[in-house]
Amino acid sequence: MLKDIRSAILMFIGLAVLTGFAYPIGVTAIAQLVFPNQANGSLIAKDGKVIGSELIGQAFVSPRYFHGRPSATSAADPQDATKTIAAPYNAAASVGSNLGTTQVALLERVADDVAKLKAENPNTPIPVDLITASASGLDPDISPAAALFQVPRVAKARNLPEQRVRDLVGQIQDGRYFGVFGEPRVNVLKLNLALDGMSK
Amino acid sequence: MTFNGWIQIAIYCVSIAILAKPVGAYMARVFMGERTFLTPIIGPFERNLYRIGGVDDAREQHWLPYTISVLLFSIVSFVALYAMQRLQAVLPVNPAEMGAITPDSAFNTAVSFVSNTNWQGYAGESTMSYFTQMAGLTVQNFVSAAVGIAIAIALVRGFARKSARTIGNFWVDLTRATLYVLLPLSIVIALALVALGVPQNLNAYTDVTTLEGAQQVIAQGPVASQLAIKQLGTNGGGFFNANSAHPFENPNALTNFIEMWAIFLIGAALTYTFGRMVGNQRQGWAIFAVMGILFLAGVAIVYGAEANPNPLFAGFGIDSMDGNMEGKEVRFGVALSALFAVVTTAASCGAVNAMHDSFMPLAGMIPLINMQLGEVIFGGVGAGLYGMLVFAIVAVFIAGLMVGRTPEYLGKKIEAKEVKMAMLTILVLPLAILGFTALAIVIEPGLAGMANKGMHGYSEVLYAFTSATANNGSAFAGLSANTPFYNTTLGLAMLMGRFLMIVPILAIAGSLAAKRAVPASAGTFPTTGALFVGLLAGVILITGGLTYFPALAFGPIVDHLSMIAGQTF
Repeated sequence: MLKDIRSAILMFIGLAVLTGFAYPIGVTAIAQLVFPNQANGSLIAKDGKVIGSELIGQAFVSPRYFHGRPSATSAADPQDATKTIAAPYNAAASVGSNLGTTQVALLERVADDVAKLKAENPNTPIPVDLITASASGLDPDISPAAALFQVPRVAKARNLPEQRVRDLVGQIQDGRYFGVFGEPRVNVLKLNLALDGMSK
Repeated sequence: MTFNGWIQIAIYCVSIAILAKPVGAYMARVFMGERTFLTPIIGPFERNLYRIGGVDDAREQHWLPYTISVLLFSIVSFVALYAMQRLQAVLPVNPAEMGAITPDSAFNTAVSFVSNTNWQGYAGESTMSYFTQMAGLTVQNFVSAAVGIAIAIALVRGFARKSARTIGNFWVDLTRATLYVLLPLSIVIALALVALGVPQNLNAYTDVTTLEGAQQVIAQGPVASQLAIKQLGTNGGGFFNANSAHPFENPNALTNFIEMWAIFLIGAALTYTFGRMVGNQRQGWAIFAVMGILFLAGVAIVYGAEANPNPLFAGFGIDSMDGNMEGKEVRFGVALSALFAVVTTAASCGAVNAMHDSFMPLAGMIPLINMQLGEVIFGGVGAGLYGMLVFAIVAVFIAGLMVGRTPEYLGKKIEAKEVKMAMLTILVLPLAILGFTALAIVIEPGLAGMANKGMHGYSEVLYAFTSATANNGSAFAGLSANTPFYNTTLGLAMLMGRFLMIVPILAIAGSLAAKRAVPASAGTFPTTGALFVGLLAGVILITGGLTYFPALAFGPIVDHLSMIAGQTF
């Protein structure tokens, strides 16, 4: 029995060194060497400054930019640390809304968003991803339909012909991998960066 | 439902069936102690570990010492992980300066990772230091999975051996499962994930000024290395709170496929290993078939339900072609979210790429049922196979009762002792799931945790205890479970679900190994044909159906009927 306890402790330490240190450190070393961009979070720089990650959505509120999906993330209230306040796209605290289909809180939130989107583009049905909160609160993408839905607003705010903005969406849009895997999508940050580049 | 969605599901299923054979054959070699192509590299590490640990790898153990070794190793793991969390603030590699974890949360998390559940009461990126994530959680991801594989292999040896006293050496099985199976596969998977966009660094969180001039703190870390083993070992404990829905933890549809393959790979391959070790490959494929049928049924129901929009959104003027997108990511859409949900709960993984709490009520019920059936549909690494073999024992017992013969399985007489032990493991689940749920919904600290109103709040509690007892770890995540009440009760549920299963199963293994083989005769019920597959699937569904139907009726079924009737909460 005593010998077994000794084995248990020593085998634990031995396996911990291999799996808890050698493995993650070794993988980190190879990853940093071979795939430095991905390994460091696919960061995007603009004018020499890091402005975000290609994979992490950002909160956009200006009418000049395309907006991402509703985000349920929150942050500590700066006035009172025991409370939290809504802080969309908080990339240090990922979370979904976790609201079930029959919840009044969900239906009220959707009704609010629908009213705002209807005011902006009354004639097109609203793509469902624009009024549903993503699982992570950090979804970097919207559906192509959701991007096209916002084209009239963005074009107007930037004084651009709608067709040019629509073409840009088409260029930025990603299809399915090998035509099969995943869903077509538009990366909102990349789209907005391209938009800024175009307006100059 | 779309054609493209079904194509993706079909590709996934076919690829798992193809991968099961080579990986299963490799594992059979590893656990029968034969040479493999990795032996020249790994052999020296293996021998050194035995030398350090004072293990004689040539000496096998009787089932009781084997069990004691399992329990001792789990206790050491628990103590180490608990201490690491409590002392986190003074330990190194903590760039985000995380403080110590509270005692109840540290207890819950230590039990959770040692029992291969990886239920997470905490939010990874805002609680755990890189040191705790790597030296604590990643280590348990490996060894708790290896313990599961060891036990499955011990049980298979029970069937395969004749008149034998021993069922293998736990330390050897543990070491081989870690070094020859989990570690090499994890390295390959981790690097593939990095190549496709998953971060792997030890930097402090990145502060950026966004395009609109706001501040954003981007949490990162050694994500890929933990992610690979989290999937492969059916652990499921995410680096980030949003788990595999987080864009860093699952950046695109290709990483999503790799992650789903990793969940099923070992569980599916073990059915082949089983066939190889008992000397009849068709026995392994029969088990594979039962798992496959139950899996496909689950996928069809979840995908079918999720492909429709929430009926309560009618009248908003929404284009709902994409289905129920609340709590889902655009890059996966409904098809890959539905598939992932069934995969992760059929296996005892518990990683999620969509929030199950926001699924349609009936779609959310399938993950619940998968777990309540005991996670035998490919299942946790090892745990799926031993859970399924227990059901097989019950199935041949029932078949034996029907024709009035002593039941046999794989040439072994199934007698009172095996059936009693099998029933014990089957009864632990409802005892903990229904018992703790009943407690939580009548006392204040239990009720306080519900985030959703109406019966969906109750579903959150039922899901939590189901997930904990079945050692899954996924959640209807609205529940505020990081409280002393939930941390304690869920911790106990996880302990029961793990160790009250393991001990009887090793007892069965020991008892079977000691038996003589009975030659198959004309009266032997064949366990390789369609009749057995149907009987086994039926036993699983009836056992689960009768036990949990009332509990499910109060939760997802009432929720579904409310939704149809337009009743909101």
